[in-house]
Amino acid sequence: MYSRRYKSAVTIPPLLWVTLFLLIPYAMLFCYSFWRVSPLQIIVHQWNLGNYRELLRNPMYAAVLFRSMLIASAVTALALLLGYPLAYYLSFRAASRKGMLYPLVIIPLWVSYLVRGYAWKTILGSDGVLNGFLRYLHLVRHPVEFFLYSPFAVVLMLTHIYTPFTFLPIYAALEHVPRNLVEASVDLGASPRQTFWRVILPLSLPGVLAGATFAFVLSLGDFLAPLLVGGPSGIMISNIVVSLFGSAYDWPLGAAISLCMLILVMGLLFLAERLEKKWSFS
Amino acid sequence: MVKLRAADGVCDDSPAAKTSAAVPLLEIRSVSKSFGSRDVLRDVSLSVASGEFLTTLGESGSGKTTMLRLIAGFEQPDAGEIWMGGERLDNLPPHRRRVNTVFQTYALFPHCSVYENIAYGLRIRQTSKSEMDQRVRRVLEMVRMSEYMHSAPAKLSGGQQQRVALARALVNRPQVLLLDEPLSALDANLRRQMQLELKSLQRELGITFLFVTHDQEEAMALSDRIALLRAGRMEQVASPREIYNCPQTAYTALFIGQTNLLRGQVKNGVAYCGKLTWIAAGPDGPATFSLRPESIRPSSPNSRSGRDAAVCFRARILSQTFAGSTDLLQIECEDGQILRVRIPSGQTGAMAGVLEFLAEDAIRVQDAEQG
Repeated sequence: MYSRRYKSAVTIPPLLWVTLFLLIPYAMLFCYSFWRVSPLQIIVHQWNLGNYRELLRNPMYAAVLFRSMLIASAVTALALLLGYPLAYYLSFRAASRKGMLYPLVIIPLWVSYLVRGYAWKTILGSDGVLNGFLRYLHLVRHPVEFFLYSPFAVVLMLTHIYTPFTFLPIYAALEHVPRNLVEASVDLGASPRQTFWRVILPLSLPGVLAGATFAFVLSLGDFLAPLLVGGPSGIMISNIVVSLFGSAYDWPLGAAISLCMLILVMGLLFLAERLEKKWSFS
Repeated sequence: MVKLRAADGVCDDSPAAKTSAAVPLLEIRSVSKSFGSRDVLRDVSLSVASGEFLTTLGESGSGKTTMLRLIAGFEQPDAGEIWMGGERLDNLPPHRRRVNTVFQTYALFPHCSVYENIAYGLRIRQTSKSEMDQRVRRVLEMVRMSEYMHSAPAKLSGGQQQRVALARALVNRPQVLLLDEPLSALDANLRRQMQLELKSLQRELGITFLFVTHDQEEAMALSDRIALLRAGRMEQVASPREIYNCPQTAYTALFIGQTNLLRGQVKNGVAYCGKLTWIAAGPDGPATFSLRPESIRPSSPNSRSGRDAAVCFRARILSQTFAGSTDLLQIECEDGQILRVRIPSGQTGAMAGVLEFLAEDAIRVQDAEQG
């Protein structure tokens, strides 16, 4: 079959990559989370559970984590509400318009995240497009402040960014729903609406699950959106990690939070995969 | 309306009453359908009687599946009308039509058990739970699938899936059951068995079956009548016996069973075809006759004297194929014509002598290649 040299040529680089950039950093993260910082701002390699104790003791961390999950849930719900009808329309109704509409959904993915973030700033700010419009309509007299620098703004921006990620797996799942099953359902007397609830939706659930997982996991770990448009009330867990590794210089505590997040996300992915297997019938 | 050829002298073995749709349940009136520039159906008419087993037969691309899809409502006709039980059908959305389809690929819902697949139509119609359960169980017994009630469709074999698909359609008691090549994915033995089951189910239930197939043997075995489609046009509609014995066109004669096409002339009531001549009715001019391979046989002295209508000739055997109870021969007549002959096995020796066929077995057919 393949020569020894060929085999090592194809296996060693990826293994090296994974070891260098995944396994070693995670191992370091793991170690750091059990060390501590001395009052002199030096990281002491002394094994202890202090960081984890601190996470449980200070209610601020739980509160921010809870807010992050709330924001991520809101983003997931909105992304599903936007992404599913869009995917359904494109897959079942668009017909010849599909070729034009599909790129319109995908193109925003090619635009830099930062550019889109700043775009939201100019839309939501007190001198922004939205406030200008509302004042032009005489709906408000003073600019509305809560548009920008609020959890609302974070949810809005994250929804905008992650809806395509939700759309894509749902669209793929809908494209794989055999059309003769739709015909069979209608043939058995089901209206288009009944057919949707009884056949199309159940068969597209794996895609919905994948899309929801993308939106939730990606927005849970996001730190740029809260940084750009979140303000103090829109802070998420990743912002805390960033500041702990940066200005606060408490790497051990940052590592502990990161590890907790990692375990949380891995648990979610594991659950999602189990459910996806249960719901797929191909 | 379909013009049915009344049983004439030659075709007296087909009862006329059986070949016409006395009480049309389903009527297709001058329906045309094209996809882009391709005309799939051209001015097709057909009427199906209540309780009839009618088979639409045709090569792939002849439009037979499209016809079924028009009736089910998955496609809209470009022209023409479809009526069922005195009601215009082609205006109704598919889910309002009292027809059910058995799909070629079964189309069972993969996320539902066998039971739920069959109960689907009844649940949609909000049948009471007890009646639903009773009907599902009865139809499961009918197709002998009761023990697989809780299985997932993916766990079943092709034949079992086919039975479930059939049960799922039948449980709704449709006025017309549409079957789109339902047996084509099964292997030969299972296929024959399912043919028998289908036929007996249809007799038992009295539901009108509109069956689509490309397999002429299947069509012959199952149908009360066969509607032969050719490139989107209705070629002939008749009982299997009539369509075999009295094909109207050369295409029909070739498609249904095997035949010899004798091309020649008719002059003053006599047919001339190479060195063969016989008395033939019909107008003078070029003529094509269909002569079934089994109509040719060794001549015996008493049959020759007994019947004036026998056409006698000599030929040599070119090839011989064993086909179980019969032998299929290719023979070359003295005038060079090559004919196919089917005789009982082991009687090849008799072919060396004089051969004959009856003039009445040579059926004059319309032939596109010869005016």
